[in-house]
Order: sequence, then C-alpha cells, then structure tokens
Amino acid sequence: MNFALTDEQELLREAARGALARHKTIEAARTALEDADALPDLWPLAVEAGWPGLLIAEEHGGAGLDAFDALLVAEECGRVLAGVPLLGLLPATAILNAAGDESLSALAAGEMRAAYLPARPPGDLETAWTVEAGSGLRRAEAPRAALDGSEVVLDGAVAFVPDAPGAQLLVVVAEQEDGTSVAAAISADAQGVEVARVFRYDATRSLGHVRLASARGRRLEVSPDALADAWYLAQALIAAESLGAVQSCLEMAVAYAKERFTFGRPIGSYQAIKHELTEILRRQENARGLQYYAGWARAAKPEEFPLAASALRSVAGAALDFAARANINIHGGIGATWEHDAPLFFRRAQLSRRLLGGTHDATDRVAERMLATAAA
Amino acid sequence: MDLNDTPEQAAYRERARSWLADHAGEAPPRSGSSEDTAYIDARRAWQRRLAQEGLAGVTWPKEYGGQGLGPIEQVTVNQELSQAGVPGILDVIGIGMLGPCLIAHGSEEQKSRHLGPMLHGDEVWCQLFSEPAAGSDLAAIQARARQSEDGSWTLNGQKVWTTNAQFAAWGLLLARTDADVPKHKGLTMFIVPMDAPGVTVRGLRQISGEAEFNEVFFDDVVLDEHAVVGGVGNGWGTALTVLMFERLTIGFGSESFGSPTRLAQTLAGDPAACEHSGIREAFGEIISELLAVRFNGYRALTALARGQIPGPEAGLAKVTLVNAAIKASDLGADVVGPDALQADSEWSYLISFLPGLKSAGGTESILRNTIGERVLGLAPEPRLDKGIPFSELRAKEREAVSR
Repeated sequence: MNFALTDEQELLREAARGALARHKTIEAARTALEDADALPDLWPLAVEAGWPGLLIAEEHGGAGLDAFDALLVAEECGRVLAGVPLLGLLPATAILNAAGDESLSALAAGEMRAAYLPARPPGDLETAWTVEAGSGLRRAEAPRAALDGSEVVLDGAVAFVPDAPGAQLLVVVAEQEDGTSVAAAISADAQGVEVARVFRYDATRSLGHVRLASARGRRLEVSPDALADAWYLAQALIAAESLGAVQSCLEMAVAYAKERFTFGRPIGSYQAIKHELTEILRRQENARGLQYYAGWARAAKPEEFPLAASALRSVAGAALDFAARANINIHGGIGATWEHDAPLFFRRAQLSRRLLGGTHDATDRVAERMLATAAA
Repeated sequence: MDLNDTPEQAAYRERARSWLADHAGEAPPRSGSSEDTAYIDARRAWQRRLAQEGLAGVTWPKEYGGQGLGPIEQVTVNQELSQAGVPGILDVIGIGMLGPCLIAHGSEEQKSRHLGPMLHGDEVWCQLFSEPAAGSDLAAIQARARQSEDGSWTLNGQKVWTTNAQFAAWGLLLARTDADVPKHKGLTMFIVPMDAPGVTVRGLRQISGEAEFNEVFFDDVVLDEHAVVGGVGNGWGTALTVLMFERLTIGFGSESFGSPTRLAQTLAGDPAACEHSGIREAFGEIISELLAVRFNGYRALTALARGQIPGPEAGLAKVTLVNAAIKASDLGADVVGPDALQADSEWSYLISFLPGLKSAGGTESILRNTIGERVLGLAPEPRLDKGIPFSELRAKEREAVSR
C-alpha cells in the first residue's frame, strides 16, 4: 500500500507551478474579459514543459506518462486560471495515441494542436452517443458518420468544444447508421468544417462551436472503450482544474479571514466564517482523494476509471461552486467587485459546471455505474 | 502509487486469511446485543483466540504481547476479518485507545498487571471521560477525586456515553483533583475497578430504544494511590494521548463503515427509483462522497505508515462519512416508504443511530472549530475560561444562569 505521489510526480507539479508563476495569468483573466487579445500565449510554455506529449507514447516522441500526471498539470493550470489548451488537446491525443495516428510526433513536439469533440458514451438512460447542444438541457445526437474506404464522411454539430479555436486537427466521435461508434481525425481547414469561436463569461476558456457538413477525415482504428475513455479523461481533467481553483479560493479566503477585523477580532475567529472555510477544505480534500483514485484507476484498474472520473467531476465541480461563492461571501462586498480576483474564480466555476455535459451529468453517471453493478 | 501488498504484507495477509478460513466457523456472529451476556462471553473468547494468533494488538509493542507491526498490518487484519464475515476484537476501546495510553503513561506495575488480561479479553475496559456537562469541552469535567492523609483517593461524580461499562472490569477515568487552578491543569487520570463499592452502571437508552451506552455514577468510591496514571495534575496530557489513539482507531475502521452496497441494491431493485432523476442525483452524490472517504483513507494510511501522526483534519473524513450515511439512510428509506421505519427494517436502526453519531467523539461544530484553528490557522473564538481557576469559573456560570 502506497497511496502518495511519487517523487517524479511531486517534481512535475512543482515545475508546472513554477513555470506558470512566471506569467500574470490571473490579472490577464480579468483584462481579457474586455480585450481577448490580452491573454498571454502559454502554448510555448506548454511545449517547453512537454505537456502536449504527456499522454503520447515515447516511440512517437511523447512522454508516455499516465493520466495522473496530466491531472497534476491541469490542477496547477486551474490554480492560476491559466488558459493552456490541454482540456481539448489531451483527450484528443489519448485517442490518437490508441490509434497510432500519423499526427502523433507533430502533436508531441507542439507543432500542431488537436482538439477533442466531446461525445458522451451511451448509458442506461441514453442508448446513443450524445454531444453538447448549442442550448437547452437535452443533449444533441453525435455527428453521423459514413465510411468511405479509409475515410469517414461526417455530418453534425458539437457545441462548446474546449480549445477548438486554434486547433489544426479535430478528433471526432461519431455514430454510423447502425449505431456503432467510429472515430475520425479531421483537419480543421478541411472542406465542410466550420469552427466558430465563442467566449462565455470566463475569458480564459477558449471554446468553439464546430459544424461538420460532409466533411472528410481519416478513420481512427480504436475500440469503443478508448472513445469512452476520452470522455472520462476530459471529465477528470476539468475536475482537476477545478480542484486547483478551489485551493486558490481557500487560500484567498483564509488570508482575508486572518487580516480583516470586525467588532475587534479577526473574522476568521467567528464560527460562521470558520465553518464555511472548513467546508471548503472538506470538499477540497474529498476532491483530492478522488483525483488520486481517478489517476490511479486509469493506470491500475481501467474498468473503474469511468466511475472514478465521474465521481471526481461531481465532487470537484460542486467544491468549486461552493468555494467560489464562499470566497466572495467571506470577502463581503469587496469580493463582488470587478477589480477583485474572487469573481474570476467565480466565472471559472460558473462556466466549468456547464461544460462537458455538466457536473450533474457526472453525478448521474456515478449513480448509473453503481446501479448497474448492484443489478448485476 | 500502489494499492497492492508488498511481498511481506501479502504473506502476512495470507497467514491471517488461512487461519480465519479454518476457524471462522468457531466465531460468534458479527453483531449481537450488548445486553446479552452469553453473546458478550462468546466475543471475549473469540478475542482471546485472535490474541493467541497475533490478530489482536497488532500495533502494540512485542514486550506487551503485541505484534510490533504497523497500521497497514492492522488494516490488513481488519479487512480479512470483515472478508471472513467474523467479528474482530470485543474491546476496541481498550486495545485501540486505553492500552496504548497505559503503554505511554502507565507505571511498570500497571502495565504488567493490566495489559495481558486486556489483550486477551479477560478484562474489558471502558473510557470514563465525558460527563453530562463536559463533552466537546472535555476539560470542564466535574467528577472530583480528593486525596486522604493515607494517600488514597475518594471519587464522586457521574460519567456518560460509556460503551461497555456494563461488563467492563476496569475504567480509565479523568477526574478533577484541584479546582483552584485553571481547568486543564487540575486533572488526573485514574484506573477504576468497576466492581468497587459505590460504582453504579445504568443503561442509557437512545432513540432506537436500545441501550448501547451507559451512565456511570461514583459515590465515595475509594481508590488507592497506585490508581493514578501519568502523575497527579497531568490528566489533560494523558487524556490527549487517548484522544490521539481514538483518531487512529476511527481511521482504521473508516473503510468498512458506510458501505454503499445495501443502498445500491435497494435502489436497483426498484425500477421507479432507478429512473428517478432526483434519486439518482442524491445517490450519485452519496456514492461519490463515500468513495472520497475511502481513497482519502488510503492516503491517510500511507502517511501513517510513514510515521506521520494524523492531525485534526482526519476529522473531516468523519464529518463526510456521517453525513453521507445520514443521507444514505434517508434515501434508502424514501425508496422503501414508511415500512422502512418499522423496528425490523434494516433502515430503521441506521435512522435512529446516526443522529447521535454526529456528536460522537466531539460534535461536528467543535470538530470544525478545531480544524479551522489547527489546520487553517484561523484565530480561535474568544474564550472566557482561560487562566481562571475552575472553581471561580463554575461560580460565574451558575451566576449567569440564575440572573
């Protein structure tokens, strides 16, 4: 039994924190709300650190590391609201790596970017692959695929695709007429592909609405399990980002609770404030335990990864919702002003909980997995 | 990161497993009534067998009859006992908390007299700390021990929430020996024979109607001077040792408690529940939190095995666990309907038991205070009892109430 980070993982995390600290990412998150070009380009940093190739095998020029390592990097990015396009990229590289695709060495070297078009695997209440719709609660059908030799012809739309703007390669999960899943890699500038850049509330998140109209891509030979794995990997990554942001909220709020006095004593001495802060810590530690579970499971017990990643998304998402609001509450009115950092984490929380199927969807997946196990 | 056993741990597990496979049939049921003497005797006998096989007192030093092993081996034994469907030791409080305190603070005579019979279940122990007016604020206890000229002590007072007192041979009792100094300073720890004249044990019925705890009354109970553990006036420090081991004991058990299996089976057996989005949402949240506790338990165990002492943050797992268990019992009962409240329903016991558990080992509110102060470094609530002699403090409290 050894359920702690390895020395290498500790180093990876410290290196990520150190590299990100050289950029004023939080300040940029505010400026970018009014001027999108103000965001620092963190791609060179990511390439230098080797992050694009984290999940790509060494034979293709990648680092060949586990998802756990990617979760640690995502956590550090989330801690400082850094807009590094890993949420779209890493699940794409996981699928491409499973397929042994020709793009891998260029991706690992950072010469090319890929984005994963998130597709939710069928479950017991849904019998088909579904994707994010432009609006509303109902999920949209996954793009339709027709095979044509080694090519796939794709039709459909996927809304709110993380990091789609700026990606040269899109990794699409689609359904054929008979309901079987198929994956394709398609060039972002291929005929029939349209990527519309969208911002929603959190300027550090680059999103795109993707439309495919008889667009042709190359077929990726991967199992349905590998496609499902990419969905859960994306769930774990956005959750790890949230975990990082929770820690920042807690640090800010604790620091303020120590220095702000009312009625002659620091506000952190009041039970009402103390208990709210302890609740952030409780939720943070629960998310941390599940981050370890997800990181460990993907390598050691892949059949449990869907459960672990969904539970992590559920708990870390709720933790950030709670922490972002509590941080504002504890700061009082000043915490709700434009110049303060607390609202930037609140913006992150508000958008994150609604992306990639939403936090509630992940909670439902946990229930679904457990019910299926109990019924078996 | 690895949840597997090392070769040595695997060999240890295998030894425990094979002995249990051969002898599980001789074990009493895992649960029974604490008021059933025959059942308690069977549990004592089973504890003796476990002690003889080295499956009790796993972390105790060898010189006191233990195995001198670490927390991972203790958890391994707990897992194998649970897997074999047999109960563990009867005297969890003695072996887990009070014995280690005697090992740390007791005299050589106390250790050689008490540790062996404790380990083998010949003499069960109980913890006499909490009082009706001193729970979370433990140092406010009022049980009073006065020393006579001949060195003996006379004890008067009342303790409460005392598990196993009805069949315990000994108790470890915290008493006030000096009321004229501030409250943490005038305390002393004693070993009390439960059959001494003046000791009265009375069952304390809870919501369910069962009496799992007791109240214990002391009327002019005489103790000899060798009953003191850890020195006169050092009771608070001695008590803190017990509380630290209490955290460890809770940590060891957290994996098996709050198993979601029955809840999952209840829901899975009801097609309407399976498709009810509100039920699914609540269920998913409960499961996620229980998973978090389980994997945080592995993190804590790893830290423990590396020699780190668990801090107050270990209490967060208890908060999560108890609240998730409360939600789970409510959800299970919601699916079943009012029949879940019948005495013979598996949900009814939990529903009645859990409200009290929320305060066990310190209320949730006090736990959150402690974590906020010790872990997050927040300023403490202003206190009105610091530096004031206990007798004066009590007088002030009485005056405030009568005003």
